[in-house]
Amino acid sequence: MTEYEHYEAVVVGAGPGGAAAAAALAKQGIETLVLERGADAGAKNVSGGLIYAEEWAPYTIDDLFPGFREAAAERPVEEYYIHNIAGENVKTFDLDRIHHRGTEWCDAVLRRRMDSWLAERVHEMTRETGGGLLTDVRVNGLLREGGTIVGVTCDELDPIEADVVIAADGVNSELARDAGLMDWDDPDDWFQGVKAVVDMEPEVIDERFDVRPETGSAHLFSGDLFDGVRGGGFLYTNEDSLSIGTVFHLDSLADERAEPHELLDSLLTHPLLDQWLQGEYEEREYAAKLVPDSKRVAHPSPHRGRLLLVGDAAGQMQAQGPIIKGMNHAVTAGGLAAEAVAEAQTRGNVRAAGALYEQKLEDEGVMKRLRPRRYRATRFVSESRPVNRLGRTLVNSRLGAAGLKLFDGLLERSFNSPFVLGMIPDTKMTYVTIPERVGEVLGDPVDGESRVEPPELDDRIGDLTYDVDDPHIEVLDDSFEASGTAVTACPVSAEGFGGGCYREETVQTNGEAERKVSLDTQPCVECGTCAVVADTHWEHPSGGKGVQFEQG
Amino acid sequence: MHMVTLTKGVPDFREGKVSFDEDGHLERGKTPTVMNPNDKVALQAALQTKVKHGGHVSLLSMGPPGYKEVLQEGMADVYADDLCLLSDREMGAADTWATAMTIATGIEMLDEEPDIIFAGFKTADGETGHTGPQTNWCIDINDELTDRPLITHVISLDIDEDTNTVRAKRLVEGDVSEIETIETDLPAFIVTDPEFEANYRRAEHRLRYKDLREQTQERAAALDLDEDVTVWDHEALNLDPDFIGLDGSPTIVSGVDPIPKGPSEREARVVTPDDEDGMEAVFEELNAFAAGD
Ligand SMILES: Cc1cc2nc3c(=O)[nH]c(=O)nc-3n(C[C@H](O)[C@H](O)[C@H](O)COP(=O)(O)OP(=O)(O)OC[C@H]3O[C@@H](n4cnc5c(N)ncnc54)[C@H](O)[C@@H]3O)c2cc1C
Ligand code: SF4
Repeated sequence: MTEYEHYEAVVVGAGPGGAAAAAALAKQGIETLVLERGADAGAKNVSGGLIYAEEWAPYTIDDLFPGFREAAAERPVEEYYIHNIAGENVKTFDLDRIHHRGTEWCDAVLRRRMDSWLAERVHEMTRETGGGLLTDVRVNGLLREGGTIVGVTCDELDPIEADVVIAADGVNSELARDAGLMDWDDPDDWFQGVKAVVDMEPEVIDERFDVRPETGSAHLFSGDLFDGVRGGGFLYTNEDSLSIGTVFHLDSLADERAEPHELLDSLLTHPLLDQWLQGEYEEREYAAKLVPDSKRVAHPSPHRGRLLLVGDAAGQMQAQGPIIKGMNHAVTAGGLAAEAVAEAQTRGNVRAAGALYEQKLEDEGVMKRLRPRRYRATRFVSESRPVNRLGRTLVNSRLGAAGLKLFDGLLERSFNSPFVLGMIPDTKMTYVTIPERVGEVLGDPVDGESRVEPPELDDRIGDLTYDVDDPHIEVLDDSFEASGTAVTACPVSAEGFGGGCYREETVQTNGEAERKVSLDTQPCVECGTCAVVADTHWEHPSGGKGVQFEQG
Repeated sequence: MHMVTLTKGVPDFREGKVSFDEDGHLERGKTPTVMNPNDKVALQAALQTKVKHGGHVSLLSMGPPGYKEVLQEGMADVYADDLCLLSDREMGAADTWATAMTIATGIEMLDEEPDIIFAGFKTADGETGHTGPQTNWCIDINDELTDRPLITHVISLDIDEDTNTVRAKRLVEGDVSEIETIETDLPAFIVTDPEFEANYRRAEHRLRYKDLREQTQERAAALDLDEDVTVWDHEALNLDPDFIGLDGSPTIVSGVDPIPKGPSEREARVVTPDDEDGMEAVFEELNAFAAGD
C-alpha cells in the first residue's frame, strides 16, 4: 500500500472563493493543492455577473490578482437602473447612488473567461509552493480517520491528506453536506438563477446603450412580468455580448409551478427590451444555477475540524434586494480563510484555523452584511416598517396618478437606500406589488414592440456542450408528490416536453393510474434545483464530465 | 530511466486532409504527412514513465528529412526530450526488415542504453505491425547480451524501480475481452495498443505531467529543425548500403489490389411525395415500426 499524498492545504473548487483562498495561501508560502472538477476552471460556473470591489472589504479580486480587470473582466458598470414594470408601463429609477455607494469598482464578467484566467495565475502561484491546480478532478468526500477530517477523497485520484481543507466548491457543496454543515432541504433557502448570453457587436452596444466604448450599464427588472413569481431580471453589458437573466426565490418558483425558461422569455420578449435588441437575437448560451440566500443560510460557524467553508459553499451570497453579491464575498472569505490558516500555522496549531476564520468573518464585517440583524427583525415585524408602509400607501392610495407622482423622488431615494434594501422582506409586496404599482401609476408606456423570438428549450439544450457520463442524480422517490416539482422547476425540463431531464409519466398499477416522474440526466446543467425540490440522491458528475459552459 | 519511442510519418488520413486520385490511389504529394497516431499512444506511455520515475524520452524515426516535422509534432502534442532522425537516400524504400535493422542500429548509437523502447501498434499506412517486434529482434542479434522481453498490445503499465521490473496489462490476441498481466525485468520492449491509457492517480503526478506538457510545448515551438534534431545517415550509423533501404529489403510486393467498394447492405427506392402509391407503400413499411413490431 502506497502512502497517501499530503499537502499543507487542499482547496476544493476554482471559482472566485477557491482562487482567492489559494492565491492568499500561496502568498504565505503554504503548500497548496487546488482541485477543480471542470475540464477547465469556469466550465461549470454561472453568474449574472457583476463582480464588486467594495471599499470595506479586506480582500478584493484585483488586490489578489493584479491586472484582473484588464485581462479577465468585461465592461465596468457605470450606469445602473431598475425598471418597474406593469404591463407595458415602465417606471425607471436610477440606482446610481446605491450602486456606487461604498463601491470601489464593479465589472461585468463571464465566468468561463474569468475563472480560467484566475486558474492560470493560481496554478503559477501555488506551483511555487509545491502544490498546483488540477482540473478534471472531482472531490467526492472527506477523508476521515477515526471520525476526524484529515483530507479529501476524489473520483480520479487516490485519497489526499491535508492539514486544512478549504471547501470553495460552490452552491450544493458536497463537502459542506458531508460535514453536516449544510443541508439541501428547504426551497426557502435558495434562489434559482437562469441566464442567456446574447451576441452583440461592441459598437452596437455602445450605441444602443448609449455608453462610452469599453464602459457598460446594468439594468434590473421587476414587476408583473413574471406571473407573480418573486424575483427579478437583469441585463448587463459585456464586451461583445449581453448577459440577460432572472433570479427567483426557489420556493416561489416551485409553488407557482413556473417554468424558468418561460420566465426568462417573458423578460426577453418584453417591449422594453426592444430598444436594445431591436429584433436581433442570437443566443450564445443558456445556463442556470442555484444561489444561496445568505440571509437564511450564511453559516455562522462555517468550519468543522480541519474543514473551512468559503463562498457559496458556506451560503455567503448576499441578495441586497435586487443587487446580488456573491463573488465578492467569496473572494473576501477566501482571503480571510487563508489568513486564518497562516496564523494558525504560525502558532503551531493548524486546527485553530476554523475558529480564527469565524472570528475574522465577524470582525471584518462580513457576517453582518450577509445576515443583517435588522433583516432578521423585519421578517417578523415587517408591518410597521417603512417599505411596507410605502407599499400600502401606493397600493391603497386614492390620490390617483397625479397625487402619487409626488412620491416619485421619495421612491427613487428609497430604492437607493441600503438600509431599506437590506431589510426588504422577501414578500410578494416588495418584489411584485410595489414595482407593479410604481410602473402602473408613475410609469409611461414603452413604445417598442418585441420582435424577438427566443429559442425553444430543445434548441437551448442542443446548443450546449456535454460530455455525458453515468447519471449523477438518482430519484429516490419517483412519486409525483415527492418529485413532481422538478418537472417545472428544472430549467431544462418542462411540462409536456420530452427532451428535458424530468418528465411526468402515468403508470398503471393494479388498474390504477399513478403519476410518476422519470429522470434523464443527459441534458442536466447541474443547477442543483432538483437536489432541493425533489427527493433525490444528488451528486456532481465526475471530473470533466457533464455540461461545459463556454460563457458562464 | 531512458525511454526511446519509435515513430513514423504517415499520410494524414483525416477527412479534408487526405487526397486520392481518380483511381482511388493515395496522392502522397497532396496529402500532408503527420505522426502515426498510434505512435502518440506509445509516446504517452513513455511520458507516463517519465512523470512517475523521471528520466529521459528520445523520439526516434527513420525517414526523409521532412520527418523532422513529424518528430516536432510528437514533441508538441505529447512529449520528447530529444529528437533523432535516421535519414539518407540509401535508406529509402525499405521494408520492415531493413527499417528494423536501421532503427536498431540507431538505438545502439544513442548515448545511453534505453531501459524501455516503446513502439505504437502498426502504422496507419503500412498496417503490418512488424517494425516494432523486428526492431527488438535486430537489437537482440546485434547485442546478444541484452535479452529484451517484448510485450505487445499493452493497455496499462506500472514500473517498480526497486526491483527494476515492469508490470503490464495486455490484450491477449488484441482482443479487448481477454486481458493478461505480465511482469518482466527491464530493459524491455513495449508495443502499446491503441486502447492504452495513461493513468495518473496521484496529484503530484498530474502536476508533473502539466509541467512537462508545458515545457515540451515551449520547446517544440522554439525548435530549430536544422539545429535541434540529431540526424544520422548510413555512414554515421556505419551501415552497409546493401543491407538497408530498398537493397536490403527482402520483401517483394507482387502487386497492390485496390480494395473494392463493399456492396451496400441496404436497398433504397426513391419515392417522391407526389407519388401517392409510393407514399402509401412507405407508410405500410413504417407501420410495422410504429407499432413497435
Ligand atoms: C444567474 C446568477 C446570477 C448571479 N449574479 C451575480 C452577480 O451579479 N454578482 C455576484 O457577485 N454574484 C452573482 N451570482 C452568485 C455568484 O455566482 C456566486 O455567489 C459565486 O460564484 C460564488 O463563488 P464560489 O467561489 O463560492 O463558488 P463557485 O463560483 O460556484 O465555484 C465553485 C467551484 O467549485 C467547483 N466544484 C464544485 N464541486 C466540486 C467538487 N466536488 N470537486 C471539485 N470541484 C468542485 C466548481 O466546478 C466551481 O468551479 C449569481 C449567480 C447566478 C446563478
Ligand atoms: S436535473 Fe436537476 S440539477 Fe440538472 S438541470 Fe435539472 S434541476 Fe438542475
